[in-house]
Amino acid sequence: MIDFRLGPNDEKLLQATREEALVARKYARFYDENEHEFPPDELPEATELRPALERMNVGRTPDDSSVPVLGMLISMGQTWGDYSVRLRRGKGGLGNAALQASGTPEQKQRWAGETLAMAITEPGCGSDPSKVQCTAVLDEKTNEWVINGEKIFVTTGCRATGVVVWATVDKSAGRAGIKSFLIPKGAPGFIVAHKEKKLGIRADDTAAYVFQDCRIPRDHLLGGDEKVAKQGSGGFRGVMKTFNMTRPAVAAIGLGIAEAALDLTREELEKAGVAVEYGGTLAGTSAVAAKFLQLEALFEASKWTVMRAAWLAGEGKPNNMESSVSKAHAGSAVRTICQGCIEILGPMGVSREHLLEKWLRDCRITDIYEGTGQIQRLIMARELLGYGRDELK
Amino acid sequence: MISFGLTEEQEVVRDAMRDFAAQQLRPIARECDEASEIPQTFLDQAWELGLTSTQIPEAFGGGGEARSPITNALVLEELAHGDATLAVAAVLPSLFANAIVDQGSDAQKRELLPLFTGAKYHAASLAVIEAGALFDPLHLRTVAEPKGDQFVLSGAKRFVPMGARASHFLVLASREGAADAFIVPRDAEGLTITPGEKNLGLRGLETSSLELARVEVPASARLGGAEGCNVRRLLDGSRAALASVMVGLSRAVLDYCVPYAKDREAFDEAIARKQAIAFLLADMHMEVEATRWLAWKAASELEQGQDATRSAHLARSYAAEKSLWIADNGIQVLGGHGFIREHPVEMWFRNARTLGVLEGTVAL
Repeated sequence: MIDFRLGPNDEKLLQATREEALVARKYARFYDENEHEFPPDELPEATELRPALERMNVGRTPDDSSVPVLGMLISMGQTWGDYSVRLRRGKGGLGNAALQASGTPEQKQRWAGETLAMAITEPGCGSDPSKVQCTAVLDEKTNEWVINGEKIFVTTGCRATGVVVWATVDKSAGRAGIKSFLIPKGAPGFIVAHKEKKLGIRADDTAAYVFQDCRIPRDHLLGGDEKVAKQGSGGFRGVMKTFNMTRPAVAAIGLGIAEAALDLTREELEKAGVAVEYGGTLAGTSAVAAKFLQLEALFEASKWTVMRAAWLAGEGKPNNMESSVSKAHAGSAVRTICQGCIEILGPMGVSREHLLEKWLRDCRITDIYEGTGQIQRLIMARELLGYGRDELK
Repeated sequence: MISFGLTEEQEVVRDAMRDFAAQQLRPIARECDEASEIPQTFLDQAWELGLTSTQIPEAFGGGGEARSPITNALVLEELAHGDATLAVAAVLPSLFANAIVDQGSDAQKRELLPLFTGAKYHAASLAVIEAGALFDPLHLRTVAEPKGDQFVLSGAKRFVPMGARASHFLVLASREGAADAFIVPRDAEGLTITPGEKNLGLRGLETSSLELARVEVPASARLGGAEGCNVRRLLDGSRAALASVMVGLSRAVLDYCVPYAKDREAFDEAIARKQAIAFLLADMHMEVEATRWLAWKAASELEQGQDATRSAHLARSYAAEKSLWIADNGIQVLGGHGFIREHPVEMWFRNARTLGVLEGTVAL
């Protein structure tokens, strides 16, 4: 049955999530201004909150929302406090999602405790990962893969204990030649070159890697399939499926920031004597309140596209299209919302005394990583039009 | 628990409405628009679907099914995908009857609900909108003054759908400064009905203007009787419903543009193969989806008996903005053909603009 209410346990869990998130918010400015300091795993004030959070996440009842839906709400609740909560509570990186989606049972067991980053982008290719230049060559004598190449924009690349790296085993095979490899930190020839300086999400480290004759065991090929398909995209499409859950998650992370911006703006408007009321008409609404309501509607619309994509995942239904809808919608919405909130609050909105200017910088990545808004539109349009990649480029 | 799952029954209803809309609404939409008229045969056909009677309690001759704003949202989207004008005409009696089911007194239910359980379309309408700028349904210029055991209604209403046929009107009027609702029969003394308003869109709807020159109605004509009614709740319901109509209209535009863009060629290939067009279509799809979930959220809160004012407001204002944007860009996808009345897109654009201001411009 269609129902958009939260279950009682959902409410409690989200309440606890927000309490912890508020603790992180106290440190938000510090880790923004001290970009290369790693926030600790545990903030001292939050130690007592952790067991409560973990306890509530077990013992779920049929009245609770599905795990993927709740996951999105928790992500939103976390970044509503500060983006950095993701680092402490988001177990693992994008590489862990790839491991879950494509790993063999043995690999899932071997890498279970690791935080895995994902290294796809290279200096010469971003949105078109089929063009990766990083190579993996099998050394039959030693049963090792030899990795060579460069990777950039690796999210959580410094903190991660391992990484899933995209490399080609056969450049002439195009997409079908691209495989993913599990590489632990400390492998010989695996160099963490530097940490990027960024516009926002500064607490999240973004690394550049160099692989120089980096040797890893043969069984570190993610999924274990060494064959290169003669036709089609081989395992490439399977690897891309990783994104069907991470895209709505990225949307949710951005929307949590946007919600914080809306809440602050509403509070400040109220202090200034402008109440935001529902059910009225444009005729009886001040221009700032009308602008705010427009942003709030945009937020709400975006939020439910995320829930839709997550709900489908929980039902075990395909959500390729819906993931892109949520990512593209939120990617654009959070920019509009944070920019709009600054416009409403005026100079106060750009002052570093408040977090709003930081939220604008933090949310800006939403429309870029995990596939830009343009890539999402390409995916949506192909699906809508029934076109393959050669018909719509 | 958050769920987007339709019940099996809702899936059956949705599919049936989708078929009905494609077979009975879409083919006559243009002629109704051009003639500013809806054939009685269509209204009777739509009536046979039981849209109005099924949710009237058995005690009053109805089907006795639970009132379901969610099912109604599904129905409205599908019907409006066929044609928004005909969809509004088909469900208009439901808007009146549902107000009675939800908020009417026992006497009002006994008197009025059986009217809607017969075999033929029975029109009753809502008189909400008023002339002039700054219309606000919660701050009305039409007033209801108490006089003994009566109310005296004075004022004017515009855009009263199917006014020429309606047996009764639910008239919104200000009583002691607050919005209230009154049931006024069409033969009430002092009530003048002038059909034939000329509008930009929803032309088939036959809207009328009402003049209320000291129309006296008994105190029992107040919706809910002595206990009165919750006008805000009425508006929440109609706003949520309007949002679903706009979702259906938006989806119709998209579904028309997709095959057109795949068929139409420029510079030796289908225009759909150009990102300028393909991305526009993707954006249209994205907003159809987003708008639908907002409409469902409002419907879900109404169904659960929760306060739906915020959700209904946001759903309706977002739907108004996006349906207009989608219809506007639908014209753009078709280029010059979008401007020509051989294609339905210009009609949908006019309808979107009109739907977006019904009940007053909700703050965008």
